[in-house]
Amino acid sequence: MKKSVFIGTLAAVSVTAGMAAASTLDDVKAAGELKCGVSTGLVGFAAADANGVYHGFDVAVCRAVAAAVLGDGDKVKFVPTTGKTRFTALASGEVDMLARNTTWTFSRDVDLKFEFIGVNYYDGQGFMVPKALGVASAKDLDGATVCIQTGTTTELNLADYFRSNNISYEPVPIETNAEGQAQYLSGACDVYTTDASGLAATRATFEKPDDHVVLPEIISKEPLGPLVRHGDNQWGDIIRWTLNALITAEELGVTSANIDKMSMEAGNNPEINRLLGTEGDLGGMLGLDKEWAKRAVAQSGNYGEIFDSNIGEGSPVGIARGLNASWTDGGLLYTPPFR
Amino acid sequence: MSATAEPEKGGFRLSQLIYDTRYRSMTIQIIALIGFLLSVGWLIRNAGQNLAELGKPLGFGFLTEQAGYDINQRLIEYNSQMTHGRAAVIGLLNTLLVAFLGCITATVIGVSIGVLRLSKNWIVSRLMTLYIEMFRNVPVLLWIIITMAIFIEVFPQPRDFRGEDAIATMKLFDSIAITNRGILIPALAYGPGIVLVFITFVLSLIGIVFFRRYAKKLQEETGKILPSGLISTGIFFVPTLVVFFAATMINLNKEHVVFGAKTLTLNADNSISADSGIRFCDTGGAGNVNAKNLMRANGIKFKSVPSYDLADSLTRMSSGNTRTGCDIATVPSGTALPEGLFVSEGISLYSGRPIELEKPYLSGFNFTDGVLMRNSLIALWFALSLYTAAFIAETVRSGIQAVSKGQTEAAGALGLRPGRITSLVVLPQALRVIIPPMISQYLNLTKNSSLAIAVGYMDITGTLGGITLNQTGREMESLIILMAIYLAISLTISTIMNQYNERVKLRER
Ligand SMILES: N[C@@H](CCC(=O)N[C@@H](CS)C(=O)NCC(=O)O)C(=O)O
Repeated sequence: MKKSVFIGTLAAVSVTAGMAAASTLDDVKAAGELKCGVSTGLVGFAAADANGVYHGFDVAVCRAVAAAVLGDGDKVKFVPTTGKTRFTALASGEVDMLARNTTWTFSRDVDLKFEFIGVNYYDGQGFMVPKALGVASAKDLDGATVCIQTGTTTELNLADYFRSNNISYEPVPIETNAEGQAQYLSGACDVYTTDASGLAATRATFEKPDDHVVLPEIISKEPLGPLVRHGDNQWGDIIRWTLNALITAEELGVTSANIDKMSMEAGNNPEINRLLGTEGDLGGMLGLDKEWAKRAVAQSGNYGEIFDSNIGEGSPVGIARGLNASWTDGGLLYTPPFR
Repeated sequence: MSATAEPEKGGFRLSQLIYDTRYRSMTIQIIALIGFLLSVGWLIRNAGQNLAELGKPLGFGFLTEQAGYDINQRLIEYNSQMTHGRAAVIGLLNTLLVAFLGCITATVIGVSIGVLRLSKNWIVSRLMTLYIEMFRNVPVLLWIIITMAIFIEVFPQPRDFRGEDAIATMKLFDSIAITNRGILIPALAYGPGIVLVFITFVLSLIGIVFFRRYAKKLQEETGKILPSGLISTGIFFVPTLVVFFAATMINLNKEHVVFGAKTLTLNADNSISADSGIRFCDTGGAGNVNAKNLMRANGIKFKSVPSYDLADSLTRMSSGNTRTGCDIATVPSGTALPEGLFVSEGISLYSGRPIELEKPYLSGFNFTDGVLMRNSLIALWFALSLYTAAFIAETVRSGIQAVSKGQTEAAGALGLRPGRITSLVVLPQALRVIIPPMISQYLNLTKNSSLAIAVGYMDITGTLGGITLNQTGREMESLIILMAIYLAISLTISTIMNQYNERVKLRER
């Protein structure tokens, strides 16, 4: 009896140990859902609607991955994370991937042991102030009280910027965008600073967006992208190429409207054929099936469609493509070829 | 041990460890200890292994790396170039500050409410019950957030104080500004004679102690009761005030002058002007405050650069540094100055009373000067105090009720007045019951202060356990240090309180 308990325990321990070593892909397939870390709420990027359904630019990446891996873009469990909790959530395995306007930096990549799989939004840090203050430049902010999200790159950039410009400020640390918005709107801080995209998204939710201006200075580079844990290259590849598929689809003119027709049979553009699985077996190399990329793109459309419907100029957030246009349109989006 | 417990001859057999009651308990304890140590060892090894697998072996080197972030409330000097270790210390001091303030106010409020709850006045006692139930039954985090939300929404922002038709005004002779970013109170600035005032005050305090001893002795020997409250108050205030006013009179003849690499100009119409962008070496004395007031009264825009003393100001004047340098300062007139510095002609300042108030002044986006008690500190302090006070009130009430009614009645029968019954009979006995649970309330308050980040108060959990942990990814190490620190704080509080308990507990003779 005692012996069997002992052996049972030993077995259980080795099973759990074995599980930890299994690949993330197998875990996700076994669980039947993708656990995706997103922000606690940033309109246009990741926010739940009245029915609890998540929408947004970052959310679309999670859904595309779920569609590619599990065949269903709704099989995602969205885990809200703050700037402070996101890395612990990813490192501890609470989420399988993070798509939460997270800046790719050296120390996060190398020291925190994460793998950034690409950039889905090229951004930079900006400042927003009420128009009534009459401030025209960030250099005029001497002595201002600044709301700043803790645990972010923007917190470090802020300290550097004010220091190198010899101006003083009073930081008000906040944890979530919602908190920052409350403090800013009530005048508990003069300035709100974060990624320019975040400022635009936040401003879009204001009652009177026109009473607020985003200052011209962009003080940093913030390449935002999805990330996974170090060490599981297959999983990293899946996310990387799913994002690349969305971007390439736009470049090649594959949209959610024409994708069904295009994937019926091989056409005369070999790269489209390889992308959509009508030629070759790129999916097999990833450990997925042939139609993975087709499903990913069909889920919420290609990169351009996702951008336009969530944060583009037609949406309330109203951001121009700018740097985030395809390289063929003068932007920075450029993916390695599908071959 | 009795003689019958002697082991029989025939030596020690191993089975005795289990079957002999003399050894059994020890055997079990040793086995339990080994089991405990093994599981602790396993946990540590496991954590170590997992960290190594993640490629993050345990290490505390990050504490000496540059922090890179700014902290708003700093009790000692700190900037973003300093280390994570230093940032942790700043956080620790903030934790201690709010815990200290919180424990004091919670005690004052709690004791008052506990006593009032026993009031014979029905309305008062019901109101106190309402208070206790309201605060005890809602989580403290909610109280903290609600307090902050009210603070931010209700009070005006600094720019509401600006202009002719300002919406908000400063209170108490323009010395206090209540804004939604915090409350600004005047800072103390010291002038000539402060040392004398201070010494007098300390001597008065010592005097009070001696007087109280004397009064007690007199009462024990002769039964005569002195009005010791009144006399103590007198000793507390009178000598210090006398010295203060005497010094103020003497200071009327003292003057400060303004000097520097640049000067203030006295115009023909008696107004004063200066170069634009002039920087003032702010050493913080009373004469200094008068100089700032003079410049402000004349509409001169200047930048204050904090400086420690005259020597520091002189280095700053000659440094030419755009950030730390300054142009003008004040000194008592007659002080010898180095070559190349000029005294501003015709402008002399009152050297100031031994203690002057430096009032908050609205300049730019915010108030400067004065002491800023940030909204986060006040919200956290308030909420923690009110919440813990509800528990303390219950402790106090139960302590008072634990003293049997017969005691009060007997004291009454001896002819003692109600106030004396409380202070001489009831409280000394109630304290024995009150102190031990009070220790846990103080510990609770201190630990609850770690909810600070909910309102953006930078305590140790916010710096070391928040930003540092996040920016360096050192979860394990940060949390180990954090736990050790809270443990140390808690043990210190309970040691101090236990010592106090030792003093007030019933002595059996
Ligand atoms: N890109 C920066 C900042 C990211 C960040 O925290 N952005 C804010 C505002 S754009 C956000 O997403 N907030 C949503 C939330 O509060 O959950 C970083 O990676 O450190």
